[in-house]
Amino acid sequence: MAATPVSTEVVTLKLNDRDVSATRGQTILEVAREQGMEIPTLCFLEGLTPWGACRLCMIELKGSPKLLPACTTKAAEGMEIVLDSDRLKKYRKMILELLFAERNHVCAVCVSNGRCELQDLAQKNGVTHVRFPYRYAKYEVDSTHDLFRLDHNRCIMCTRCVRVCHEIEGAHVWDLKGRGIETEVVADNNLPWGQSESCTRCGKCIHACPVGALVEKTTAVNEMKKRSGFLPYLTTMRENRP
Amino acid sequence: MTPEELRQSAEAERQKSHACKHILGVCCAAGCQSMGSDKIKDALDKQVKLKGLESEVNVKSVGCLGLCAAGPLVSLESDGKKAMYQAVKEADVAEVVEKLGKAPVKRLELSLDIPFFARQQKIILENSGVIDPERIEEYFAAGGYEALIKALTDLEPAEVIDAVSRSGLRGRGGAGFPTGLKWATVAKAAGSRKYVVCNADEGDPGAFMNRSVLESDPHRVIEGMIIAGYAVGASQGYVYVRAEYPLAIKRLKTAIKQAEGKGLLGDKILGTTFSFRLEIRLGAGAFVCGEETALLVSIEGSRGMPRPRPPFPAEAGLWGMPTLINNVETFSTVPPILRNGWEWYSAIGTEKSKGTKVFALAGQIKNTGLIEVPMGTKLRDIIFDIGGGVPDGKKFKAVQTGGPSGGCIPESKLDMSVDYESLREAGSIMGSGGMIVMNEDSSMVDVAKFFTEFCMSESCGKCVPCRTGTAQMYGLLEKIHAGEAVKADLELLKELCDLVRTTSLCGLGQTAPNPVMSTLHYFEKEYTSLLKDGPGKPAAAR
Amino acid sequence: MSKPKIATCWLDGCSGCHMSFLDMDEFLVEFAQKVDVVWGPTVDPKEYPKDVDVCIIEGAVSSDEDLHKLEMIRSRTKILVSLGDCAVTGNVPGMRNALKVPQLFERAYVENAAVNKRAPNWGVPKHLPTARPLHEHVKIDAWIPGCPPPAKAIHFAVTELLAGRIPDSTEYTRFGK
Repeated sequence: MAATPVSTEVVTLKLNDRDVSATRGQTILEVAREQGMEIPTLCFLEGLTPWGACRLCMIELKGSPKLLPACTTKAAEGMEIVLDSDRLKKYRKMILELLFAERNHVCAVCVSNGRCELQDLAQKNGVTHVRFPYRYAKYEVDSTHDLFRLDHNRCIMCTRCVRVCHEIEGAHVWDLKGRGIETEVVADNNLPWGQSESCTRCGKCIHACPVGALVEKTTAVNEMKKRSGFLPYLTTMRENRP
Repeated sequence: MTPEELRQSAEAERQKSHACKHILGVCCAAGCQSMGSDKIKDALDKQVKLKGLESEVNVKSVGCLGLCAAGPLVSLESDGKKAMYQAVKEADVAEVVEKLGKAPVKRLELSLDIPFFARQQKIILENSGVIDPERIEEYFAAGGYEALIKALTDLEPAEVIDAVSRSGLRGRGGAGFPTGLKWATVAKAAGSRKYVVCNADEGDPGAFMNRSVLESDPHRVIEGMIIAGYAVGASQGYVYVRAEYPLAIKRLKTAIKQAEGKGLLGDKILGTTFSFRLEIRLGAGAFVCGEETALLVSIEGSRGMPRPRPPFPAEAGLWGMPTLINNVETFSTVPPILRNGWEWYSAIGTEKSKGTKVFALAGQIKNTGLIEVPMGTKLRDIIFDIGGGVPDGKKFKAVQTGGPSGGCIPESKLDMSVDYESLREAGSIMGSGGMIVMNEDSSMVDVAKFFTEFCMSESCGKCVPCRTGTAQMYGLLEKIHAGEAVKADLELLKELCDLVRTTSLCGLGQTAPNPVMSTLHYFEKEYTSLLKDGPGKPAAAR
Repeated sequence: MSKPKIATCWLDGCSGCHMSFLDMDEFLVEFAQKVDVVWGPTVDPKEYPKDVDVCIIEGAVSSDEDLHKLEMIRSRTKILVSLGDCAVTGNVPGMRNALKVPQLFERAYVENAAVNKRAPNWGVPKHLPTARPLHEHVKIDAWIPGCPPPAKAIHFAVTELLAGRIPDSTEYTRFGK
């Protein structure tokens, strides 16, 4: 049993007209997934602190003029929530389009082809083409690490690598540099990854990465298999440590 | 220092001031200083000494006199009569001193009866241009720290909050959240420590309200913050000010040191049990750090990126503790509210927007400068009466209020009252109070492009709609501007604006489309006339 | 009633999408009975007819020749379909876009050449600054992503088109493989 006290206060709310119950403190995303109701996410990864940045999980709350991110909004008594209105679907599609247009996601030649969360969500959300002009900006590929590779062309800035390294591994190799569209993930103080002194070579970032940005070096097209399922176990183990 | 000692010091300062027949106040805020007001002050000092008039004439540095366009400005108070000199040069100094006690120098005189001065009502700026910002005694003499004495000796924290609530004061940083409610929330929130933070990260192009207050009357901000600390139960405060404001930082540092020296900051303030410390944190030039959650993260020492609210800083702010965050103007308004009573304050302004607001007039307007007017003043009066209208015989076209993420308001809306609700209705925002006036020669597509570029490069890069949406908005605006766009591009731009506004994480992204949306709303023809398949153009291949 | 006129076109791509088209196997026979294939790499006519009903286009727009062809086709065709990732996203041809054209030629014809190290200066269409998807140049009516799109995705799209509907092929295909 969990050593930390678990809230047992129960609230009831509506998700898409379905009555559901939740424990106080649970997020809308957690409740929806518990119910088998899908909400798309990219920056969220179970076991890491929610970041609220991809905006794919925006939902409608009755009575609130603003859309709310399901990953950080806590369930409360009497909430009436819509998970997938036409408006939300339209926004999700546009956000995915924006991500594809931002960097160079050439799925056909990507090591993560076939196992990529971005590629997957595009299909599930009906993105047949991208209406925004592709930016075609030049990005580097950092192959200086002996085991892993960072391809900035594929990065979607979800910061799952930053958080897993900081929160779970405790090394804080990754962080961000630059602003706006120029923002990039950097190792240490903007060093080539291979020269990072803080990297423990644990590989957690590889498996936390939803796309083909952080990968194992030996992989070719379609070959990168990611396993992020270890995270909730690690988190639970840590929380339940006697 | 005890309250009695403070009052004695104030009285002594007043006496000293009355002893002088003539007071020459040289504006030493950044605007006039950049035009050489320091040298004029030195020259005046020398001239007064040369003429042996030191006992009669007090030459002092004062804060912003408002009409920056006419600087360097020198105010004159002679036997109770006030006058103002404009565009003073070193060569004028001898004559200025010579004419003291006689009729003022005609060719330099700037009438105080012009609407720019006559129509203003100064509360936040009451001491600006009057006192020497580097002398705490002058602030005492102007009634400074009286509100703090009243709060600490006569009022319970809850009574302070009650007065702020009843005054109707709303946050001057942009969104207009009721200040009293915010204070009450922080006061109620549970936490082993609490913080008070002043947002002085004024990053809007064309805005200099906060800078001017800090340069002209820094003690007012400090006093407001100490009172806030007392009201909400905080003993530590931070002023987050952008590093690009060296003079404001210098004056604020001086003021903090003085307040500490007088026992107004630190342990057991004014002999009571209340303690409060204040530190300065410098921003490194990121516009997004004006957003409260990003600002707090920056104070904590991390990269300034906003985080989702709730939880609001009032519940979980600095280091997870309840934190009160207000801007410079909001804190500056608190002392006069306590001194004069909330009834006095709530009688000024409109039903929902109380008090006065400071605006920075910039762009194609005659009287560039800083003004303070009651809420509810008509936009037309601000621009044409106080601001003197558009120079060079050009026609007015639009005014951008609320900074880079505000909206453009056209001629037809000029008779609206300036308050939070009306501005929002017109597709703009109050923001921190920048007003940029544009004349008939301005292209509104250019204007939208300019502000979108600003928001694009100042986006923190965290959320997708703001990071990449603003970049795509900018690309589409460039395409339209270059005459290469078609109707479908304009439609896509509109959809994108809706997305960025609705789904962005923080205020920066949520308001970034305002310049585009408001210019599209009021000046759509300027966009469509640039389209390849716009009105009157042959059908394009697309 | 005359049969619908269909064309296919091959711009900057590897022809893999046309191969996938041919992978529709036995359906091709049925297809040939229902439509007239009036132009494209699989048939003989040299001139693009004036009133084509549907044109299915593979490949990105990389050269001035591609662009002229695309604009000509647009002006003579009711419905244009982008077939495959190159036409839909720019895909592999678009990977050169971060380079300027002279740099690209230097890389392709000089640095990586074993013999005859020089860029061609005649007989080659002029490269556009970037290789882009079709819909960034002309109006496109339907998209079939994939590298290549599987035959069943093309089958579905063609069937829908023949039934007078604009296909949404997301159920059968996606970006990449």
